[in-house]
Amino acid sequence: MALIEIEDLEVTFGSGGRVVQALRNVSLSVCEEESFGIVGESGSGKSTVLRALCGLAPVTGGRMRIAGKAVPSPRDPEFYRRVQMVFQDPYASLHPRHTIDRVLSEPLAIHGFDRREQRVEQALDEVGLGAGFRFRYPHQLSGGQRQRVAIARALILEPSVILLDEPTSALDASIQAEVLNLLDRLRAERGLTYVLVSHDLAVVSHMCDRLVVMQSGEVVEHLTREALKDHVTKNDYTSNLLTASEGFTRDPAPQR
Amino acid sequence: MKPLLSVENLRIAFPSRQGPVEVVRGVSFNLGRERLGIVGESGSGKSQTGRALLGLTPVSGTATADRLEFDGVDLRNATAKQWRSLRGARMSMVMQDPKFSLNPVMTIGKQLMEAVKLHGGKSEARDKSLAMLEAVQIRDPDRVMAAYPHELSGGMGQRAMIAMMLVTEPDLLIADEPTSALDVTVQIEVLRILDNLVTQRGMSLIFISHDLKLVSTFCDRVLVMYAGRVVEELDASRMSEASHPYTRGLLNCLPTITGDSRPLPVLARDDAWLE
Repeated sequence: MALIEIEDLEVTFGSGGRVVQALRNVSLSVCEEESFGIVGESGSGKSTVLRALCGLAPVTGGRMRIAGKAVPSPRDPEFYRRVQMVFQDPYASLHPRHTIDRVLSEPLAIHGFDRREQRVEQALDEVGLGAGFRFRYPHQLSGGQRQRVAIARALILEPSVILLDEPTSALDASIQAEVLNLLDRLRAERGLTYVLVSHDLAVVSHMCDRLVVMQSGEVVEHLTREALKDHVTKNDYTSNLLTASEGFTRDPAPQR
Repeated sequence: MKPLLSVENLRIAFPSRQGPVEVVRGVSFNLGRERLGIVGESGSGKSQTGRALLGLTPVSGTATADRLEFDGVDLRNATAKQWRSLRGARMSMVMQDPKFSLNPVMTIGKQLMEAVKLHGGKSEARDKSLAMLEAVQIRDPDRVMAAYPHELSGGMGQRAMIAMMLVTEPDLLIADEPTSALDVTVQIEVLRILDNLVTQRGMSLIFISHDLKLVSTFCDRVLVMYAGRVVEELDASRMSEASHPYTRGLLNCLPTITGDSRPLPVLARDDAWLE
């Protein structure tokens, strides 16, 4: 059974004469313990899907269900205990004047968890940082370490769904590999469900079994990892993305 | 043939509380009429190397070299006047992000024509600028000339900046991550434009990037930098024969669409690489 179901989702920004329709009729479903990918260029609305699910974007139409139940609006604490998000930029998503301990304890306090100290230490261990990082500030950490803290913050409420918005695009290639391995291991250990948004086809095909390709607010193609490997794509835009992700070629590529 | 640019033992240091920190430690290379790629992670000193070639090291830093020569001109002790005649006219630089590198309160046309006027050719400034915008495949150059940077998309802005840097027809173009802020498909378009212009005009290009795969498909020769040093230099076509463990690690840690290695090989850093 599908854990996350999104049907005909519409998101509209602005009002009056300047209306931007960021999402049009987006439908997708994500199964339990699956890793699902969303690929597209900037402005295609791929991040907006995640933000709409979390209640961070103005939804103007469509239905969203999690485990068969409609997502409440505004989102209740129970929703956030089940669904957590990791944002793109580890430099912007951690409070610069809060220690790591405070960053990780806050969600525990909000949701009334017990054994907070142990949980914080355990969460740091799980993302490979160790308790020694507990009383540092974000500026004392590298980009990869900060993204690990952001992942620990999402994991500390023991959610079943993690929404990943470009989790590695601000990181160097070698650090990206470490973070992707960490995400892979956590999913295997805890049976998590991932929805991963990225502009990098290689990252998505590495992490996800199924994916959708988005362009200007619409889903243009549903794909599986196998189809991507064999270059079986129906849509021109997807094949363009595939060619582009393989590096520069001197021969003129087909124009869009 | 005499190289266009030769760099020997370039060192750049910044002061810190613990004493000066060297971010570039003895980089040497020669550049002819070719496309040279400089690859490295953030903090490897690749951008500082590019900036030092144009004399753009931040004032707090000091750049020293045993030799820094551009077409017979010694750049180490160049006067402000000499720099003015070189920068823009004979060598120029494309920056990473058009949002931060274009003047937000000047139209594209004004910024473009400023470059032409400064280096001679006042009367034909407008025609030259329009022709240049067409050369970077901007379909409606008149509209773009009148537009402000915020009215353009990232890809358009980057093309406008490339036009600005090429309108004076320099001999050397330094491109510092010119496509990192762009989407993959736009990235390839911009690179194709850059490639055509470089080939047609016989320009030399230094292409600075963190993307080893992109650089190896775009450039003729690649320098791999690690912690301020060049750890490996090789022909782009022979990338698979890289021998340094850092280069190999960088190549292997990228996820691929066709491969399925799980977990991904992680780059194990070795202190010996610092020496």
